[in-house]
Amino acid sequence: MLVPILGVWVFVSAAFNWWPFSGGALAFPGEHWLPHDISVHGVVIDGLYYFILAVTGAIFIATTVAMFWFLLRYDGRQNATPVKFIHGSHTLEVIWSVLPAVTLLFIAIFQMNAWSDVKIQRPLQSVGPDGEQGTLDDVFLPPLLEVTGRQFEWKIRYPGEDQEFDTPDDIHLVNDLHIPVDEEIVIAIKSDDVLHSFFLPNVRLKQDVVPGMKQYIWFEATETGTFDIVCAELCGWGHYKMKGRLTVESREDFERWLGQKYKAQETNQLSLELAER
Amino acid sequence: MSTTTAGAHAHAHGHAEAGVGDFISTYVFSRDHKIIGMQFLFSTLLWFMVGGLLALGIRWQLAWPWSGMPVIGPMLFSGEGGQISPEFYTMLFTMHATVMIFFVIIPILAGAFGNYLIPLMIGAEDMAFPTLNMLSYWFMWPAFLLIGSSFFISPSNGAGGGWTSYPPLSSIPEAAPGSGSGQTLWLLGVTFVGISSMMGSINYMTTIIQMRAPGMTMFRLPLTIWGIFITALLQAFALPVLTAAGLMLLLDRVVGTGFFIPEMLVVNNSLPASGGGQPLLWQHLFWFYSHPAVYIMILPAMGMVSEIIACFSRKPIFGYRPMIFSIAGIAGLGFIVWGHHMFVSGMNPYLGMTFMTATMLIALPSAVKVFNWLGTIWRGKIQFTTPMLFALSFVSMFIIGGLSGIFMAATTVDIFIHDTYFIVAHFHYVLFGGTAMAVFGAIYFWFPKMFGRMMNETLGKIHFFFTFLFLNGTFYPMHVLGAVGFPRRLADPYHYETFRHLMPVNQFMTLCAIGMVTVQVVFAANFLFSIFSGRKVGRNPWGANSLEWTAPSPPGHGNFDFQPVVYRGPYEYSSPEVDADYYPQNQPLAQKT
Repeated sequence: MLVPILGVWVFVSAAFNWWPFSGGALAFPGEHWLPHDISVHGVVIDGLYYFILAVTGAIFIATTVAMFWFLLRYDGRQNATPVKFIHGSHTLEVIWSVLPAVTLLFIAIFQMNAWSDVKIQRPLQSVGPDGEQGTLDDVFLPPLLEVTGRQFEWKIRYPGEDQEFDTPDDIHLVNDLHIPVDEEIVIAIKSDDVLHSFFLPNVRLKQDVVPGMKQYIWFEATETGTFDIVCAELCGWGHYKMKGRLTVESREDFERWLGQKYKAQETNQLSLELAER
Repeated sequence: MSTTTAGAHAHAHGHAEAGVGDFISTYVFSRDHKIIGMQFLFSTLLWFMVGGLLALGIRWQLAWPWSGMPVIGPMLFSGEGGQISPEFYTMLFTMHATVMIFFVIIPILAGAFGNYLIPLMIGAEDMAFPTLNMLSYWFMWPAFLLIGSSFFISPSNGAGGGWTSYPPLSSIPEAAPGSGSGQTLWLLGVTFVGISSMMGSINYMTTIIQMRAPGMTMFRLPLTIWGIFITALLQAFALPVLTAAGLMLLLDRVVGTGFFIPEMLVVNNSLPASGGGQPLLWQHLFWFYSHPAVYIMILPAMGMVSEIIACFSRKPIFGYRPMIFSIAGIAGLGFIVWGHHMFVSGMNPYLGMTFMTATMLIALPSAVKVFNWLGTIWRGKIQFTTPMLFALSFVSMFIIGGLSGIFMAATTVDIFIHDTYFIVAHFHYVLFGGTAMAVFGAIYFWFPKMFGRMMNETLGKIHFFFTFLFLNGTFYPMHVLGAVGFPRRLADPYHYETFRHLMPVNQFMTLCAIGMVTVQVVFAANFLFSIFSGRKVGRNPWGANSLEWTAPSPPGHGNFDFQPVVYRGPYEYSSPEVDADYYPQNQPLAQKT
């Protein structure tokens, strides 16, 4: 009877510990770990992920080995030593309450700064006349663009040449988001209809968009390339195809691309007006 | 306190001589807690099968998207050439979760085992309110019919908002064109489940507080009863919130109020909403119930596992009181952690920090419980019976499920893994690897009491071994998927190039899932076969201590053929005071021979 238990246990521990590090004991093709990170804050999140993995992995191995050992050692058929008639141990209870409590609180406090950087401390353009950060006269970095979730697409809007939203020269695009590399950028996000979630796996960023709320997200990409924009909150039957594309490029490429889009859009409007006359 | 009916009394003597009216009052509208418990057990096991088959539909689509399902496909969706349509996929996972949570796990723990075990374990002849108890079962039927008809009668018309039913998707009919009346029926159904649970929980609390046998102090109660007692408290305090929220959502949907919809919202050419509400409000109210519900779905299982582990280690449970305090701790903290479902929902990020700290702390009582289970098997005489194997696998699966919870409790990491398969892995480890395994163990353990016969051990071990193997094969790779960022609830994840290489993993998982469902046939056969021709046993086949094992198997109406008086706690195994390795709770102090 012990053999199958043993076998299954090996299977579980193998699954938990070897797969991630060796890239697949069962030899599945491809990458099976956190996707490639292209953001500054992602390094912190990944570090934290691996840190928790190490801690929980160690606890898993320790408890599993202990359980395994007890099962083998105190198997009723082979074990001649009498049962230890014991109802518990106050010392042990205190030890195994305090140790996890300290570990857990450490993890909680350890990661608060990272959370604050990603979700609370919106980047500033300047600290304002008083020269102090965190005061009321701080000037926030204005959003570079605005993303609006809608069944089932991402509407993208850049402010156009006047650098202001809600003016006639706004540039409207769908599912095609470009940003400059190595710059901290702010994006305003909102929803037109139901809940969506703006998820950039490679940037380690996810934020639900909620109708009736305007929110800001910020990040700094460190690599150029194109990446997926995923909708991560159920938004209806077409949820799976609400896919966008994030293009990270150099400042010059970005400006050029934006200029082209601007020109294309203005020309169209102009030509339409001309045609109507 | 209990009301004896002539019909119910006939049960003790068999139903051969009873007429039709007696049959109905004995087995259909019975007020006997054992019959009601079994009604819950059979209903939930049937729904368990339905839920499992729905899961296979989901797994099929994830492994071989848009390919025709063999055999079943052409029958169900002849219009789409045997394919699962994306609308149908959303209804599949909505219904899988709804069935498993509201029709299987909650009623099988509280309804089936709660009902069956409470009076037997505390030494009472029945529940405090037998009629209310009967109603709590029969109020499940409107729910069965409503939610069933929302999906099974016209599969193109089911609820498709996920089991969480986040508005505006769930509150504006135009947002999900297929789900027309389905979503409305779904909400009504959930309300009925709530009413049923509410009746049950009031009854459980009253019975446990009022009807314990002489000598059965609160700190002599088996941990199962403690688990159910605290679960009942959770239900009584949290359910009204869900019921109220559900009615508000229903009003939004049907009458046109705007509790959860902002002003002038237009979805898919709907009329502009009257509005003034907030979608996040629903999430707060929903999780204020549904997070405690997570513990409703595990605390009784923890209690039953403690019972089984102590019995088959032939050793007192390690740290009886810390076990109780940790159940209470989990329940108490369970009320202030609901926000951890909403870290990226748009909730004030400062709140995230508070909820994170509370959530981290809830891992503490869970850890204490695990250590105490390990302490119980340490230096025992372990008997590897089927219930014990299931109980041990509960502990190991709960360790994995508990540890993976720490990842998502950390707000920063949760930004990435929220709504990915990492979450799906976590709760399947806790709910299937944990609760369902505990429920299997409990069925094997209490089966002799329920039917007076044993289940087959060999078949039981086969069932255990393959379930355990396939469960890990199905749910473990979900962690890996989640780490890549694979989102839940996508009808076709391979639409994204990032996830395309994960198809073989999904196919492996689907094969394991098919295996897992298939092996349940062994269980069903063993269960049904043993009811009629299992080996007959006496009152106490396992040599266990708690009171139910002193009653006849199966117990007749009124449970005990003597008045039980309790002298000690339920876990005095291998006590030096007696020669036997067990020491029943009602045995007067013995002189050692």
